Amino acid sequence: MARTDQRRLYRSADDRIVAGVCGGLAEHLDIDVRAIRVAFAVLAFVGGTGLILYAAFWAIVPQRPDVGEAAPPPTGRSGRRRRPDRGDLIALCLLAAGVVLLVRQLGLWLGDAFVWPLLAAAVGVAIIWRQADESQRARWAASARAPLTERPARVVAVRLAAGVVLVGIGIVWLLVSQDGLRAATRGLLAVLAAVVGLALITGPWWWRLARDLADERRARVRAQERAELAAHLHDSVLQTLALIQAKANQPRQVQRLARAQERELRTWLFGRPQQDGDGTLARAVEAAAAEVEDLHATSIDVVAVGDARLDDRLAAVVAAAREAMVNAAKFAGVERVQVFVEVEGERVTVFVRDRGVGFDPASVDADRRGVSESIVGRMTRHGGVAVVRSSPGQGTEVELTMTRTAP
Amino acid sequence: MTEKPSVFIVDDHHLFRSGVRAELGDSVEVVGDADEVAAAVELITERKPDVVLVDVHMPDGGGRAVIEAVSASDPGIRFLAISVSDAAEDVISVIRAGARGYVTKTISGPELADAIRRVAEGDAVFSPRLAGFVLDAFAGADAPVVDPDLDQLTNREREVLRLIARGYAYKEIARRLEISVKTVETHVSAVLRKLQLSSRHELTRWAADRRLT
Repeated sequence: MARTDQRRLYRSADDRIVAGVCGGLAEHLDIDVRAIRVAFAVLAFVGGTGLILYAAFWAIVPQRPDVGEAAPPPTGRSGRRRRPDRGDLIALCLLAAGVVLLVRQLGLWLGDAFVWPLLAAAVGVAIIWRQADESQRARWAASARAPLTERPARVVAVRLAAGVVLVGIGIVWLLVSQDGLRAATRGLLAVLAAVVGLALITGPWWWRLARDLADERRARVRAQERAELAAHLHDSVLQTLALIQAKANQPRQVQRLARAQERELRTWLFGRPQQDGDGTLARAVEAAAAEVEDLHATSIDVVAVGDARLDDRLAAVVAAAREAMVNAAKFAGVERVQVFVEVEGERVTVFVRDRGVGFDPASVDADRRGVSESIVGRMTRHGGVAVVRSSPGQGTEVELTMTRTAP
Repeated sequence: MTEKPSVFIVDDHHLFRSGVRAELGDSVEVVGDADEVAAAVELITERKPDVVLVDVHMPDGGGRAVIEAVSASDPGIRFLAISVSDAAEDVISVIRAGARGYVTKTISGPELADAIRRVAEGDAVFSPRLAGFVLDAFAGADAPVVDPDLDQLTNREREVLRLIARGYAYKEIARRLEISVKTVETHVSAVLRKLQLSSRHELTRWAADRRLT
């Protein structure tokens, strides 16, 4: 096993069959986990020492908190995180069964009437405890702001019910086999009465505890959200405001800062998702516009109608549109450029328009690569069309048209 | 209308209200302002301005609440919505409540004065962004068309909206389509009417995610 720099003993969350005691010990002592398991199994038959020891460890040794990052990765056992090895589990069950049969054969047997019910009850208890353990782990995970990893409530309920039923069966079985049915019924009724009485007495307390817990959790979530908001505002808005004050005499810089901050805050507030929209035409054009805005301190408004997944052809449209925006920002001498993207069936159209100085398309030198190569050439190569309309004093509009490959 | 239109400003940001007053200068007559819905409704019904410049986002129901309350008693007062919001459903819902146009807060002073004048004269004011929203809203082919006069845009209206979305002013659109400015205004008003009266599914319950065709 890997050496850990943390020398506290924890129960293992990854390498476990029942509660992770053996796994934790193995990690701590740097011994093969199988040896420890065998040792516990052997000890279990020396008057049950192994079982008692195991239970003691389970009760005393805490689970390793924060399964995510803090725990050293279980090296050498890749792909074994969390899930106990099914083969190991089966082997252990078979081994246990074998040992039980052997012991029975040797005559060291307390009697069927005693052992089987106890075994059933023990398994039930193990299931319930194990569940409680997992809930604890889920709480840690949740408080570490991991996405909710809690098991579905149904699974929890089923497990709990199975555990309770097993324990019940064990107890009833034991009572019946020891004292006969009548005594058992009487005993059970007494127990039931006691349980109901206890529930009545302590019920309100439990209820309040549960409610307090829920309240506390809500308060914590709220506080966390507020802290996050404050942190975000501090990192972004306050910093930008400070920068703006420092550059108050440079209007273009101020405008650029304000614009970039606005964009960033908008993305954050309206959750304009970066993750799910990355591959679409409208997002790509918006991203290109943002870049050009930053580089050339010009406002670029993008209006998009419809959208489409990005492919090679549409990527070419985006690149051509970006070039058109750069030209407008650099040469038109305006503060605002309007971009319109429309996807209509197979047809994709992008317009980039400014109300700037304009130029006479006929008189443009062939070596002005910006327009002829990056825009017109690029569109033609990909099977599209680029039209540049401009005249001196009337602004410029670049129209890009592309037919989309069938979806 | 040759005299200056009277304007009332409703916005919960003090900075913005004073900013707009300064920007508008004496191109219009500002007759008052308010920073919350109840006060705004009271003052507007008392002073009866030509145009109310109303913020889309405010506590207690926002611009929509103001428009609905005032329109009930004074249907003659016109509204121009203004906001920093990008959310299509907010903008469409304010238009459907009765606003005659929508502009963003980044608009320049002269442009805003022009927009107010046009709203005062009974025209509709579409910013490029609103034109985009409207094209998107009427584009869905799957929504049932109950009343073709209300639930569909004509080709000409579509053309006009596209040019607005491309950043053309009404005058430029008129020149380009070889029609009069008045005709452009008629088209835009027709679109506004459809937007307000259509019962199409997309308009009432705006699909938050963009259409992906």
